[in-house]
Amino acid sequence: MSNIGSYEQRIKDFSWSVSENELEYKHGDVINIGWYCSDRICRKGKADKIALYYEGFGGIEKKYTFNDIRLAGNTIGSFLRSLGIKNEDRVCLFMDRIPELYLSFLGVLKIGAIVQPLFSAFGDESLFVRLENAQTRAIITQRKHLLKVRKILDRLPFLEFIIIVDHNKVKPLEIKEVAFSLEETKPVEHIDIYATKAESPSVLHYTSGTTGQPKGVKHVHYSLISQYLTTKWVLDLQDDDIYWCTADPGWVTGTSYGIIGPWSLGITQCVLDTGFSAQAWYKFIEKYRITMWYSAPTAIRSLMKAGDEIIKNFDLSSLRHLASVGEPLNSEAVIWSQKMFGKHFLDTFWQTETGSIMITNFPGMKVKPGSMGKPFPGIAGVVLDPKTHEPVNEPGKIGLIAFKPGWPSMMRSYWNNEEKYREKFINGWYLSGDRASIDNDGYFWFVGRDDDVINTGGHLVSPFEVESALLEHPAVGESAVVAKPDEVNMEVVKAFITLKPGFTPGPDLELEIMNYIRKKLSPLAMPQAIEYMDKLPKTRSGKIMRRLLHAKEWGEDIGDISTLENE
Amino acid sequence: MEDMKDLVLNYVIKEYMEDGDEEITYDTPLISSGYVDSFSMVSLLVFLENKFKIKIPPDKATPEAFDSVNSIVALVNQHLK
Repeated sequence: MSNIGSYEQRIKDFSWSVSENELEYKHGDVINIGWYCSDRICRKGKADKIALYYEGFGGIEKKYTFNDIRLAGNTIGSFLRSLGIKNEDRVCLFMDRIPELYLSFLGVLKIGAIVQPLFSAFGDESLFVRLENAQTRAIITQRKHLLKVRKILDRLPFLEFIIIVDHNKVKPLEIKEVAFSLEETKPVEHIDIYATKAESPSVLHYTSGTTGQPKGVKHVHYSLISQYLTTKWVLDLQDDDIYWCTADPGWVTGTSYGIIGPWSLGITQCVLDTGFSAQAWYKFIEKYRITMWYSAPTAIRSLMKAGDEIIKNFDLSSLRHLASVGEPLNSEAVIWSQKMFGKHFLDTFWQTETGSIMITNFPGMKVKPGSMGKPFPGIAGVVLDPKTHEPVNEPGKIGLIAFKPGWPSMMRSYWNNEEKYREKFINGWYLSGDRASIDNDGYFWFVGRDDDVINTGGHLVSPFEVESALLEHPAVGESAVVAKPDEVNMEVVKAFITLKPGFTPGPDLELEIMNYIRKKLSPLAMPQAIEYMDKLPKTRSGKIMRRLLHAKEWGEDIGDISTLENE
Repeated sequence: MEDMKDLVLNYVIKEYMEDGDEEITYDTPLISSGYVDSFSMVSLLVFLENKFKIKIPPDKATPEAFDSVNSIVALVNQHLK
């Protein structure tokens, strides 16, 4: 029997108090995610239960009980306090998926500070704009990422502490750098948990839009109410499950469902911190007898590409439930997973801003391959007419996916950007920026983005950010960036550029520009294709017509070109 | 052959190794270790195609084929005329 039981019944009598009651939370109480994910689980008698199995490259294995993660959170929190970090200070986590990343998440929250997790593959410029925007006071990182931090330190007057968790004592520390080793620090048995309330800020995740710099999505501790219940009902985690969320905590899935959801339920989870290979992934599932696997379409398609034969070498019979997130899961992948694992990957739809799953296929619900599923109980999800912003009632008609605000994990603001935040709401609806239709049975069907943001491998990349970075390359005169279709990643970045006088187009320059963006922004933002142009298509007012280039890439009708600049 | 290996090795160190302290050899796993991710693999592919004037078909440019300097060099040799 699944945790959700009957979806129809849950819809009928739904209230978020279900989650509040299970978490023993009452309005006005202290609610601290760090405490809920560790101390509370220990109090429930699971102190000795494994919270985390970790495996890194080279066969490094570690495991932590819930008591271990409680102590680690205390120890890290105490250390941060000893530096003077206080509630609502922003503390960035800039690490690979090592245990310290997960444990620091709890430590930062326990002292009431705000966690700012950032993807460790970010280049120095991507790191800079996010730290500057959040006026981050401390960053916890590894030796291998230190050069990127040092490079931008002069431009970050608010950044006071660079905490290195694996300092080898060979090279001297530089200005503002502090070494901290969890293994060499005496565990702290007791810490005064900061008395955060429902609306106290907790996590600051950054997301990209079409225009402007990335936006810091502010979440609060009350988000736990959504994350706990969606984990329980959608991911269907049960007490004896072994859970694997393949997402990196630099992105929202990696925190909402890679830390908060499973640990608030007292579930054992596994982390594999190595590069992708089908063999390594299957071996990991077999070794830890993983029962619930939450992954992404890009990974699933990569596994499909690796072939069916390899699967036969592994015993994957422990798997009982599969789900997917990040981009639409194509029907071929859904059908393939049924064939290979005897189960469908159930698609889940949500965003950094929503903080938790909004539309999904539930355990026990009839799966329509390729569909997003139905809204979570308590979530009023609709598609809106793009012109009137009124809900569309006609089945199959495409509109904008929108939600009625008010669910517990909804973002509370964009950091220092109230104007952008307000733009997300029209007619009392939160606009997701995605388009879909709804069929006769109430299933949502994803169509695409409503803007120019590129969804590559489930991660959003801002064309504006890439275009701006391209212009800083000495050879680039003008640039336009669009999504290019891709079999595995759904979309990848493609750049159209003109060159400044004196530069000659060629493959070596192309590679140089690719690497320039990869290091400056991130591998995700690196154009996987560059096309040289004599001039970019523009409107008569001089605005680059990105839409035209996008249509060309996707073989679509170019539409109205009456505003196109004449030759 | 050794020249080719060193050329690829040095390029990988220069472009993908963030920490100068880490040492890699011809056999060090690159993709499965996480030194080179699947997105960055594309730039490594472009480097090889440019440098050795070859065209590697997409179905041959797999994470396994790119997983070490030795396997990369073997892949390049298959496509050299």
